[in-house]
Amino acid sequence: MSDLLSADLLSNIGKSSPPRTEVVTRRDIRKYAIATDQRLRKYLDGDEAPPLYHLALFWDVVESDQLMPDGVKIDALLPEFPLKKAMAGGLKVDYHQPYYAGDVLTSTRTLTAIYEKKGSQGPLIFYEVVMDIHNQNGEKVLTEKTTQILR
Amino acid sequence: MPDINTLKTGDSLPERRFEPDTIQLFLYNAILWNAHKIHFDLPYAVDVEGYPGLVMAGPLMGDWLTQTAIEWAGEAGQLLSIEYSNRQASYIGDVLTSGGTIKSINTSDGTIELDIFVKNQLGDVLTPGVAIVRI
Repeated sequence: MSDLLSADLLSNIGKSSPPRTEVVTRRDIRKYAIATDQRLRKYLDGDEAPPLYHLALFWDVVESDQLMPDGVKIDALLPEFPLKKAMAGGLKVDYHQPYYAGDVLTSTRTLTAIYEKKGSQGPLIFYEVVMDIHNQNGEKVLTEKTTQILR
Repeated sequence: MPDINTLKTGDSLPERRFEPDTIQLFLYNAILWNAHKIHFDLPYAVDVEGYPGLVMAGPLMGDWLTQTAIEWAGEAGQLLSIEYSNRQASYIGDVLTSGGTIKSINTSDGTIELDIFVKNQLGDVLTPGVAIVRI
């Protein structure tokens, strides 16, 4: 049994956020493409979404009282962890099909893992969140897994 | 568009230089709706959080990795997957370079695995990653 990870904390594994649905617009794709220095016309013109555009589309829009003093949103999917300081994170995306201005996407986020590792300067907590995104026809668009490390 | 029959493991991808400024960082966080103060409040980033400057958004460097792969793969290429980690932070004023090499080639299904990176002016790899593309 881990010192840091109580049974109560681990019981959050498998928890999902309510599905969210967003409309993909040409205007937002164009903003994203310009902000990220894209060079392909299909992105700059807002026809097709660049590969990581879903980060912008599904970044949580929370009300002001859900922002912490440092400007970071409170993520309702996550339990309170005994370690607080976020370190390097990782991301993996598997693409199933492209999507375009006018598509309507739905995402569901699931907390899929919480585990502890010994770091050189003390214990580390890892957690993983999987986001599944489908289009208006119910077809898979992409699957994203993020891994975050806390110390 | 690259020809899979002439590619070799270890071949380099074109490199690209980035000198992100506060305007780009603002536009990126604005389209995300990200209010994290380390990206726009210099006294806060330095005095409270102890960073040497305004911190670049980690996923923006992830995006440059995707561009390294898709621009190399060409118009008919497809990005099948990308994986990366934000190993080290970057700050406004840094000069960054993206690039990569071919890690493996699968001629039977036309897929190619690419090692990709964003590094800083010191040569430190900030964001190592792997992309799989079909060409």
